Amino acid sequence: MSVFVWIETVAGAALSSSWEALGAAQIIADGLKSNTTALVFGENCDEIAADAGRYGARQVIVCPDERLHDYRLESYAALLSQLVEERAPKAVVAAATSQARELMASAAADSESGLISDVIDLRVEDGSIVGTRPAYAGKVLMEMAANTSTSFVTVRGRAFPLPTPAADSKPEIEAVGADAIPSELGARVDGFVMETGPVNLADAAIIVSGGRGMANNPCAAPSDVRGDEANIWKAKHGFANTLRPLADALGAAIGASRAAVDAGYIPYEHQVGQTGKVVNPDLYIACGISGAIQHQAGMRGSKIIVAINKDAQAPIFKLSRYGIVGDLYEVVPALREALEEKLG
Amino acid sequence: MAHVLTFTRSTPDTAAKVWVDDQGAVTWGDVATVVNPWDEYSLEETIVQASNGGGASTVVAIGSALHNDALKHSLAMGIKNALRLEEAGADCNDSLVWSALAAGAVRKLGDVDLIIFGKESVDVGTDQHTYQLARRLGWTMLSYVSRIIEADFAEGKIQVERMLEQGVQTVSADLPAVISVMKGINEPRYPNFLGIRKAAKAQIPVWSAADIGLDLPKAATTALRFMNPPARAVNTEIIAGADFKEKAVTLVERLLEEKVL
Repeated sequence: MSVFVWIETVAGAALSSSWEALGAAQIIADGLKSNTTALVFGENCDEIAADAGRYGARQVIVCPDERLHDYRLESYAALLSQLVEERAPKAVVAAATSQARELMASAAADSESGLISDVIDLRVEDGSIVGTRPAYAGKVLMEMAANTSTSFVTVRGRAFPLPTPAADSKPEIEAVGADAIPSELGARVDGFVMETGPVNLADAAIIVSGGRGMANNPCAAPSDVRGDEANIWKAKHGFANTLRPLADALGAAIGASRAAVDAGYIPYEHQVGQTGKVVNPDLYIACGISGAIQHQAGMRGSKIIVAINKDAQAPIFKLSRYGIVGDLYEVVPALREALEEKLG
Repeated sequence: MAHVLTFTRSTPDTAAKVWVDDQGAVTWGDVATVVNPWDEYSLEETIVQASNGGGASTVVAIGSALHNDALKHSLAMGIKNALRLEEAGADCNDSLVWSALAAGAVRKLGDVDLIIFGKESVDVGTDQHTYQLARRLGWTMLSYVSRIIEADFAEGKIQVERMLEQGVQTVSADLPAVISVMKGINEPRYPNFLGIRKAAKAQIPVWSAADIGLDLPKAATTALRFMNPPARAVNTEIIAGADFKEKAVTLVERLLEEKVL
């Protein structure tokens, strides 16, 4: 009756958010006087199993089958559901990534188990797992309890601390077969194009975001680009040549407001907010973003918010710890220079 | 003939303030509801795919009459049929209960080829019900779809692009299948005047669990309580200085003190 934790891997490397999930699972294990079992499927199982031990797993179940090298919902769900059925864990925990969302929901349906998704806080109360999670796009929080003998939980990235790895640990490692994997999958992968420059907003410790104000670029668009197209050109140029250098200096990811995305300034995968990503970095620098309630829903969990905006009345300042009133095209380059002077 | 199905729900307007009142209930005052923002894209895609396949489109909502507004909006956009499932005492915020009702409706309809979801529901703040419906039906699930390359209802095949965290995957599957679509897959249309007038007059049938021959499962989760998020006790400092260079230097010093750099 252990607490399972799925350690998600990409190209044979564990995601650091999975170690956060392992730390969160320990809260459940402690509350139930149990311990944690890491599940590692696919490539590089031995090395990841040893790391799982250092991050606190008492046991590790590995399945190095070649068919698990690339994540596939149907294969992973079949194996996970088989393990749940055979071993009746008290809980199954994973980081709330896009893959874990579908995997955990599917396996929870297979065993008719409760799933509490995207939790930011966890506790055990009278033997039940209680998770705190955002609802209504983060405008309210809810406490949800799972009532089933196995409960599934996904934890929001950066909501739980990374456990301190132990120098030495010897987890029990057990290898299992992959007979559960169906011989034919319903989804047939025809191709994959890797994205250049990962966005990784969910894991970023620092995010630099641009909004509608990105179109106020003093740099003139080419003379044959006019009207709205000129604004789009100027904003894109600003994201690439003003925001990107600041983000690179900080090791930050680039975010954007819905207004910037809808206007065609930057692709959707950068959108932070109610219909984009919900982020909670240590530092969020909002440039030329007024701070509509939909945007706030996506970033209000940030530890320190900095606003750079020409309009001193912009609502974003009310949410921010620090503000500079001014044109982002003057402030951002000055900020980058100051950073390079201070940090070298 | 193709039959494309989608689900929707009414949620508070995205710009509305939503809070927990003295009784512990979630409220958004007198502000109107809108169709769940992610569903704008799935509704549009349902209309397009049903029309391409020369077939029918149906929109389903599960829950109280609150969701009639979303159904009427869907009809006004151009979805052909609407249907609501309501079961007294069923906790439709529990995804296993929701997906059991949804699967029952799909089975009762009998001829559905493709189910299209929006990425998630903003009220419950999750997408888990979409995967659980696919699982209950035993249909292939293709999530995070950013483009439908082809839906061939005669051949019973679909090919799509999925936007994943590491890149774009091209994947195909046999129908029937469940997909969830991202923002950006299309430009949702606005309902026109005729559509709105027609939708206003529409009578929306309501089915119960008994109507679809379903023994409802017990809810696997319980919402214990709702809370307002802790107020951000922010004491904003507008950085002062002679020029932007000086302000920038001060800001960097502050951020170093905060240990966020």
